[in-house]
Amino acid sequence: MIASDYFNGEPVAGNPSPRCHSAEVRVPVRPTPNLLHRYANPGQFLRLARTLLPWLTGGAIVFLVVGVIWGLFIAPADWQQGDTVRIMYVHVPMAWLASSCYLGLATCGVLSLVWRHPLADLAAIEIGPVGACAAALCLITGSLWGEPMWGTWWVWDARLTSMLVLFFLYLGHIALIRAFDEPARGQRAAAILALAGVIDLPIIKFSVQWWNTLHQPDSITLTGAPTMSMMMLWPLLICTIGFTLGVAAVIFTRLSAAIHESRARQMMARSRLDRRDSQAA
Amino acid sequence: MTRKTRRLWIVIACLACVGSAAALTLRAFSSNIVFFMAPSQVKASPPSPDRTIRLGGMVMAGSLHRINENGTPVNAFQVTDGQAAVEVHYTGILPDLFREGQSVVALGTVQKDGGFTASEVLAKHDETYMPKEVADELKRTGKWDPRFGKAPDASSWDTMTAKKAGG
Repeated sequence: MIASDYFNGEPVAGNPSPRCHSAEVRVPVRPTPNLLHRYANPGQFLRLARTLLPWLTGGAIVFLVVGVIWGLFIAPADWQQGDTVRIMYVHVPMAWLASSCYLGLATCGVLSLVWRHPLADLAAIEIGPVGACAAALCLITGSLWGEPMWGTWWVWDARLTSMLVLFFLYLGHIALIRAFDEPARGQRAAAILALAGVIDLPIIKFSVQWWNTLHQPDSITLTGAPTMSMMMLWPLLICTIGFTLGVAAVIFTRLSAAIHESRARQMMARSRLDRRDSQAA
Repeated sequence: MTRKTRRLWIVIACLACVGSAAALTLRAFSSNIVFFMAPSQVKASPPSPDRTIRLGGMVMAGSLHRINENGTPVNAFQVTDGQAAVEVHYTGILPDLFREGQSVVALGTVQKDGGFTASEVLAKHDETYMPKEVADELKRTGKWDPRFGKAPDASSWDTMTAKKAGG
């Protein structure tokens, strides 16, 4: 099935889209409507986004208001870092989001390379800049935190360097996916880049355990008790949930807009074709 | 095998290749990725005096001496990893977080007498975050002396509130 029909077609199995005007062309068999394909269908996605968006946006606002006020004004200062520790309530969510957005980008890469889902390519275009912003904010807040605490803005230790590499991977992806006149080629190349770059994620995560670094090890682990007072941990968790919901809302909005844009472009192209046909006749 | 399955296997194979290449490279360069050397490593194989290295460890309790020489502070302290200690000399202002019992990373060279002359000292804080009241309470009850290293197990204090600690 070619992509242009895919974006216009509503997912009715065995019932070809009414806009399929050329009756001679054999309509390819639609993919089996399993879970993967159902949500990879742009029409289904738009419906899902319409239902979810108010909840995501509302949840993000509630969690962020509570989390930011709690973190910045109510939570206690650290016994030796003082109020500087409050940078954590932005820095940690941004680090988490930069990594998870990249994981999303890599998932889109697999879906695009293996299953050729057109929605995965659109999603990769829309996730890239959001993740790049999160990575940049993580680096900037980390730098602002490092200067007063460590005594330096930047060091080339394994954690900081691997995070910078992730930021450059995002920049490369953003550039590559838009680099070709034929979008499909850029999307293919970007999907490969996203997949290769996924190696950086475990390096970021485990850099503080594998090598000694200036950056401190993780305070929150799956196995041990968090080495952080609960009075700081709760606002941190709430801020993280809030930023995550907010970023999900941004990505859903961007992706919906991109689908609408591609539909509008196809309708314009089709009406141009129809006009040419009627002139020729 | 359908085309999709074949593509899936190609992707998995490529990922495995790139992954093992990255793992091997990181293993090979492991000693360069390490940000600092521990005092026991420095003692065991002292690097030549013309090579700049980073020395990391804990500032030993009771080892810090500061003198003021014409307005610039001159500091001497010992950095330890529990097995060996190296005497560090540093002229300049130490970071705010610097104290005995804190982890630090010093950039400099090992002298012939085994001492370390630092041109830069960075404070390395650990993964512990606790309110001042909790820290004071732990110190008051004798459960923790920050001059001798890391805080006790987090589960013993992470639910302590300011009110309980103050009382």
